[in-house]
Amino acid sequence: MNKEIATAEEAIADIRDGASIMIGGFGLCGIPENLIAALVASGPRKLHTISNNMGVEGFGIGLILEAGMIAEHTGSYVGENKIMERMILAGELKVNLVPQGTLAEQIRAGGAGIPAFYTPTGVGTMVQEGKEVREFDGKKYLMERALKADFALIKAWRGDRAGNLVYRKTAQSFNPVMAPAGQITIAEVDELVEIGEINPDQVMTPGIYVDRIFESPFSERRIERLMVRGGEK
Amino acid sequence: MSLPNLTPELRRQRIAARVVHEMNQGYYVNLGIGIPTLVANFIPPDMEVVLQSENGMLGTGPYPELGQQDADLINAGKETITEIPGSSFFSAAESFAMIRGGHMDLSILGAMQVDEEGSLANWMIPGKLVRGMGGAMDLVAAAKRVIVAMEHSTKTGAPKILKKCTLPLTGYQVVDTIVTELGVIHVRDVGLVLAELADGVTFDDIQGVTEATLLASPGLREMKG
Repeated sequence: MNKEIATAEEAIADIRDGASIMIGGFGLCGIPENLIAALVASGPRKLHTISNNMGVEGFGIGLILEAGMIAEHTGSYVGENKIMERMILAGELKVNLVPQGTLAEQIRAGGAGIPAFYTPTGVGTMVQEGKEVREFDGKKYLMERALKADFALIKAWRGDRAGNLVYRKTAQSFNPVMAPAGQITIAEVDELVEIGEINPDQVMTPGIYVDRIFESPFSERRIERLMVRGGEK
Repeated sequence: MSLPNLTPELRRQRIAARVVHEMNQGYYVNLGIGIPTLVANFIPPDMEVVLQSENGMLGTGPYPELGQQDADLINAGKETITEIPGSSFFSAAESFAMIRGGHMDLSILGAMQVDEEGSLANWMIPGKLVRGMGGAMDLVAAAKRVIVAMEHSTKTGAPKILKKCTLPLTGYQVVDTIVTELGVIHVRDVGLVLAELADGVTFDDIQGVTEATLLASPGLREMKG
């Protein structure tokens, strides 16, 4: 089976206005840079993006926001993106802020055929509003619904043409969680290898979850906060 | 009032140095952003503590030497870090299964407000600031012990330890202990119990900058450093 597609542009060509899109990574680490760039160039509007962070101003997923393509966003952290924070405070962006572990489990459940689950996270906070609260063994839990998306755009270190993926260090984060949750999952990899070159014991995302794969021509891999021994540089 | 006039840096160092006494050999610990991150510098070399970073790593090492940084190796604060022997990497779902499943011995995090019931707030100020809760809500909901490590008052001198939090909560009745530059306070059924006081600080001093009512522990003693 060969799922290779030549370019990022081709890989995202059928993403239309109003699509829901999961984007892997954490901050600027492990994000599919070429897919993000191709998506911004293609310019679909009214997207619902699902990602832990919104990158920073001028880089990462922040580029999609700045291009005015996002109508709704689901994520856990605004932190480093001042443009997003300003838009939220001004009421210009519909944002669903979700605890990070709940977000990860919603996505995992979405890909695993579990429609909802109970979690202790958020009991007694704003996150509880409008949700079923149920007690198990004397402790309160919230019911959270699973998340799926039309597309999942993910990044891996190595992949083969059948879509088997291997991640590197903390660039893993949300990428393997999102792979099963996309109706169409597109993987951008640093190195695309022949089928059989990845040891089956080392496969972290089995190819069944990946629909399209391509080798990224270049990734900037920008570091958000360079810290070295002796202080921040 | 005879509150010590410490620089912010000294206050932060003092808090971090005290928090480390709450750790034990063999603990798995998650350190939040800010003062909690400094705690790592005070862990004694003969104490084995495994630090978790919720973006997907157990066994975080120190910052890299300049030139050795790796864009694929960061902590939850997006800072470049290193591996140590025994480190492991995993997905966000695994990371929070570990947290939610109650496997973390200790979660240390900063706060904007903490109250008498042990509720804390640290992720937004309505109309002013939206940071997002990140992993904090999961950590406080499920860690075996939750410690808030923060400066005692805001930059403008307003109390942060309140009768009731006014900001949107991160967790309801979840904090076990509060460590500030002025003292150590345990959240108990009876209320906030002051267990330790920093050198030169009196009970009246610390109560004077605390909105919540403090109860002096019968064993009240000088703060460990």
